[in-house]
Amino acid sequence: MKNRLSAASLAAVMVLSACATVPPQSGASQTSSGGNEQAKEKSYPGLDPASDSDPFPSTYQGLPSSIVALVGATVFTGTGSRIDNGTVILDGGKITAIGANLPVPAGAKVVDAHGKFVTPGIIDAHSHLGVYATPEVWANSDGNEATDPNTAQVWAEHSVWPQDPGFIRALEGGITTLEILPGSANLFGGRAVILKNVPGRTVQDMKFPGAPYGLKMACGENPKRVYGSKNRAPSTRMGNIFGYRKAWIEAQDYRRKWDEYHKKLADYKAGKADKAPEAPKRDLQMDTLAGVLDGSILVQNHCYRGDEMAQMIAISHEFGFHISMFHHGSEAYKVADILRKEDICVATWGEWWGFKMESFDGIEENAALLSKAGVCTVIHSDDAILTQHLPQEAAIALAAGRRAGIEIDEAEAIKWVTANPAKAIGVLNQTGTLEPGKMADVVLWSADPFSVYALTEQVYVDGAVVFDRHDPTRQPLSDFELGQAGPAHPGARP
Amino acid sequence: MSRARRFRSDSQNPGALGRAKRGPRGCGVGYPALKYSLLAFAAAISLMGTAQAETIAITHAKIMTLGSAGLIADGSVIVKDGRIAAVGANVSVPAGARIIDAQGHLVTPGVVASNTALGAGEVEGEATSDDFAGATDHLSAAFDVSLGVNPASMLIPVARMGGVTRAVIVPELPGRGDKKGDKLFAGQAAVIDLSGSANSITRRYAALSADASSGAAGRIGGSHASVLQRLEADLDEAASYGANKGGYEHGTHRPYRQSKEDLEALQPILQGKEPLLIEVHRAADIRRVIELGKRLKLKIILDSVEEGWQVAGDIAASGYPVLVDPQTDLPNEFESLNSRMENAGLLSAAGVVVVVKPPYSGDYARQVRYNAGYAVAHGLPWEAGIAAITRNPAQVFGFAEKTGRIEPGLDADLVVWSGDPLEMLTVPLHVLIKGEEQPMISRAQELARRYGALDPAQPPAYRH
Repeated sequence: MKNRLSAASLAAVMVLSACATVPPQSGASQTSSGGNEQAKEKSYPGLDPASDSDPFPSTYQGLPSSIVALVGATVFTGTGSRIDNGTVILDGGKITAIGANLPVPAGAKVVDAHGKFVTPGIIDAHSHLGVYATPEVWANSDGNEATDPNTAQVWAEHSVWPQDPGFIRALEGGITTLEILPGSANLFGGRAVILKNVPGRTVQDMKFPGAPYGLKMACGENPKRVYGSKNRAPSTRMGNIFGYRKAWIEAQDYRRKWDEYHKKLADYKAGKADKAPEAPKRDLQMDTLAGVLDGSILVQNHCYRGDEMAQMIAISHEFGFHISMFHHGSEAYKVADILRKEDICVATWGEWWGFKMESFDGIEENAALLSKAGVCTVIHSDDAILTQHLPQEAAIALAAGRRAGIEIDEAEAIKWVTANPAKAIGVLNQTGTLEPGKMADVVLWSADPFSVYALTEQVYVDGAVVFDRHDPTRQPLSDFELGQAGPAHPGARP
Repeated sequence: MSRARRFRSDSQNPGALGRAKRGPRGCGVGYPALKYSLLAFAAAISLMGTAQAETIAITHAKIMTLGSAGLIADGSVIVKDGRIAAVGANVSVPAGARIIDAQGHLVTPGVVASNTALGAGEVEGEATSDDFAGATDHLSAAFDVSLGVNPASMLIPVARMGGVTRAVIVPELPGRGDKKGDKLFAGQAAVIDLSGSANSITRRYAALSADASSGAAGRIGGSHASVLQRLEADLDEAASYGANKGGYEHGTHRPYRQSKEDLEALQPILQGKEPLLIEVHRAADIRRVIELGKRLKLKIILDSVEEGWQVAGDIAASGYPVLVDPQTDLPNEFESLNSRMENAGLLSAAGVVVVVKPPYSGDYARQVRYNAGYAVAHGLPWEAGIAAITRNPAQVFGFAEKTGRIEPGLDADLVVWSGDPLEMLTVPLHVLIKGEEQPMISRAQELARRYGALDPAQPPAYRH
């Protein structure tokens, strides 16, 4: 096979060769195997990171759903609009229509939502459910691989206990999508995973199909305290910065080696070289960092102080990647203009502040100031209790903004817990707003979701009722809570 | 005692810690934008110095008195010499009184943050800034947190902005719950007002804080049983001491584990004069603490009681009041597996006096009204929700003669609200503490003003 092959046949050979070298192991790449019967060469699966980018694929399947018409509600769409006396139609797991006084399709189950409120499913972009499960015992403490400042190689999903009762409490609070992150002990904490908040036997049953991974990074006090207390680097903020840069240099070098290898391999396959190149050694830590540099993994950066955010941005410029979101972001209001220019989202709380020095300048007006400055603003939880009350936490921020003369309406503020987190974690094309064609992730509230008295009545994920406060058959219970002495679960409440 | 929840996930030591056009609920209330004028702030500050003698009339108010007058749909509160002089629908406004027209808004007693570190610590993560944990081998029951109170704490104005006017500071055992130690008593709780004035201590020795949680068990031996046995032994020792003080002075007493100061501090507890505030979670443990309390004729306040709803009848029969955080609905520990948000409502329905508390850390104190709101969302009657953060804590911690209701003779701790006080979208419009109107500004608003409108010609450091 020398020199006379057409472009088409050359491409075919390359596919065959790739298959022979690294046979796919999972569904994601099986399409390229094409029933190749000639691949008899000895294979070494898993050595090339490009061979299988999804070794733990989602096995999520939506629960059965019917056509549903939520009729008469006040609807916050997540796109900044409010629809009074609105109707939302869910069909085939998708939102098919939304508007005021829409006709109800034949065969639809009609839910009378007059006097109630409908929002997109609430998204918590910062959760440790499953990795720090309840009960808070040693055995369930799997969120921080605090053994090295760079553990980009670990994946939060491998710590997730699907039976964490916290998932169901969060569901009762309207959470339909979660980003589960490793903790903040390390400069690079590992991969974050996006989950659909549905009960699953395995974490893969919960994985949001097609969602990108996140990389948890952490600024400031936590890494320097953890490793400083172990008398190793980093023990200072300057040590932190060195740690990030050192890792990004290694990651760029890793990418270069693999790119060169793939180029040489293609040359060899094309007959342009006599000798097959030797593959670089695969490194799981570098795979994750390279994923960020390639743009396929989104940086989720725990960072409280504004000045540190600016330094992290400088590092992102130096190595050519984008920070998707700063988490916690207590001082983000101090650098709101920079964050807007960089198109970086900020996740923060309504009122948490002051628990350590880097959060001492956290103010309730933060979210409103950011929103006013045009920054993609997110309210997150970082907490198994708070995640149950995210719209109310947003209400605290909203009220503080109004008190400071910043006018933001509820239809805009609901984006802080729906569309904006969806954007920041990379799933806005699928969920986060009530728009035709999107996943039917929807919450029916008893009252204005910004009210302390608001309770979820129904929670839909992909059009299926995954929680119904009035229907015990639609109230999941974790294995752990099964058989306990008291009705710990609302489903069993009198 | 339970620490702030966030330290769990935001920590790196697993195991170690861890103006609306439309007001809420259609009440038609608008938000006044905060005036960031320095002159206004200065005026408010100077007002504080002279307000003691100021006579204030809050008129056209919906008044929730929490007292015998109940709810007054449209009335006035007259404030004179720092106290409530009159309240009612038909009281006359004294000549020369400054009038605060409430325009129909709700007025309640000031909110009480119960079981908090507020005023005895600044930054939770920086031990050198904290004064809420001080028990030592020789100063446990006797540790008096009131002596560490800093009225100038930067956290106080922040809490005040949320309508909090008094705080019950409860000391915590040192060591973040993960250090071995030998003590069950964290020390003496104190009640403060949030005026920031030098004389802001309302009451010392409001309660003695004790810990009967699994944290305490871990600290002293490993079992809930050892906690109860040790608690009783410590009290027995104090009883022996009390009956034979002369013997102590002459050295003719049995060996005591506790210091003289601690043994003295336990005397009012044994006499039933001062309440023993006990952190306890599990239903079975609650029953045992009640049994111990009745047997020794103690005055007990049950703190946390996540599983209290399971033994609500026992608690009601004991007459012991409870402190609850209504948001705790997860099986966080094996001693709180049956936590649920209906706890406060079910206990109240059973006849238990319920105090709603905020999470412990001082920066959380302003959350207490939302916590009451969550309890109401899950079954506690709204009026009981207000009482749980006003009248009830004042009664339980022994300062009902000072505040907690709007009645003549009590200190004028008053809040005028933009709407329902338990709602997040509601803000306090006016806060009065002991008759002085408080400036509605804290360091947070100054930061917001400094960074709210960035101007290259005037860097933030020059904006104050």
